[in-house]
Amino acid sequence: MSERSAYEHVIKRAMTKLLVPFIQLFAFYVIAHGDIGPGGGFQGGVILGAGFILYVITFGMNEGRKRISRITSDLLSAAGVLVYATVGFVCMAAGGHYLEYAALPFSSPQLAGHLAIFVIELGVGITVAGVMITLYFLIGRELK
Amino acid sequence: MIDFALLFFLVVCAVAAIQMRDLLSSIMLLGIYSFIMAVVWTRLNAVDVAFTEASVGAGITTILLIAALSRTRRMETKQCVPPANLLIYGTVILLTSAVLLYGTLDMPTYGDPGAPAHSHVAPRYLEKSFEEVGVPNVVTAVLASYRGYDTLGETTVIFGAGICVILLLRRKI
Amino acid sequence: MEFIAGKYNYWIYVALMMIGFYAMIAKGNLIKKIIGMNVFQTAVFLFYISIAKVREGTAPILWDRTVLYDNPVPHVLILTAIVVSVSTTAVALALIILIYREFGTMEEDEILRIQKNGSAVPPGKPE
Repeated sequence: MSERSAYEHVIKRAMTKLLVPFIQLFAFYVIAHGDIGPGGGFQGGVILGAGFILYVITFGMNEGRKRISRITSDLLSAAGVLVYATVGFVCMAAGGHYLEYAALPFSSPQLAGHLAIFVIELGVGITVAGVMITLYFLIGRELK
Repeated sequence: MIDFALLFFLVVCAVAAIQMRDLLSSIMLLGIYSFIMAVVWTRLNAVDVAFTEASVGAGITTILLIAALSRTRRMETKQCVPPANLLIYGTVILLTSAVLLYGTLDMPTYGDPGAPAHSHVAPRYLEKSFEEVGVPNVVTAVLASYRGYDTLGETTVIFGAGICVILLLRRKI
Repeated sequence: MEFIAGKYNYWIYVALMMIGFYAMIAKGNLIKKIIGMNVFQTAVFLFYISIAKVREGTAPILWDRTVLYDNPVPHVLILTAIVVSVSTTAVALALIILIYREFGTMEEDEILRIQKNGSAVPPGKPE
């Protein structure tokens, strides 16, 4: 009986160790390519959070907390909103309205829009990933 | 034809999800419902929305529901609804559906290019978005540039939900 | 017949909404109510997205081989709505966990009975 559960644990752990880096890479791909194809900040953030949640489910909550501490996940949730709001204020400092990307000092409004949208999607993705991880750690339960 | 089959599966999944007594099966059926909904949206060419529903609706909602189920009871206790209550529920649902169906009689035909939803703002976004924002995906351009303030509010909403759950569940009872 | 062929999809969406609505009002279990709320919300999103479709239009990603695109504005609104729906579900589940910790049951009528009488057994039944 204990041999069978040891085998199950080995299979789960080996597959998770293989899959989690690819899931995180795919999440960053989705965030970065949000302006060329379907995707964007929310989808990529949720996939990033799901990668961490897979790790926590397989290895247990204590192992998961060693990888992402409570302070890190709380700060991640807040950092994304802060980045988004700061981009707006930077646009105001450059002379335009709040969140007016055309006022940024780049060579053309298209380039300014492209770069600002990338920073914004990154912020949204970080917040969504942090919130998903926090939610799972709070609502989930460790089975003995 | 495939649209009709998908809608039929949607209705069957929805009815099964709310009728099962075993809540774990109910949550699984909700996940299947979300996936079929994502396929229907892909058939309707709404690729961003389908991506979000597949990842958020079928992924995170299922995980959170099962995690919450692990802390409570798995089986629903058998309900005996008194017939008076059933009459009230039936009347409310009939009234609401009658009003909604009366509203759909006025809706434009499905797929009509001259529908009122396609005038005003949407053609302007489609025509001007590449020269004003420079991003090929018009949904991302509208979401992050034309309606960027709404997206800031949405990010704050999801941050607020995280804070709410922290405040509710992190106290040592 | 033309009339039905042009409108039957809206009627199916109304049927889905009513299924979710029935689960929210008639079922006693709190998690069933949340499941019903999710079904209702997704049906409303489907209704909205079907307004955006244009016959022979393609996905709203700019491309040099087509001239007719779908309407992108409802897609944007529904993206926000999906994220708000998952936030609502998360807070509702946290509240359900607290309710279970406090009352020990998930059924709405037993909770109301405990609040009124102090015990979950209906009056008149032998304990």
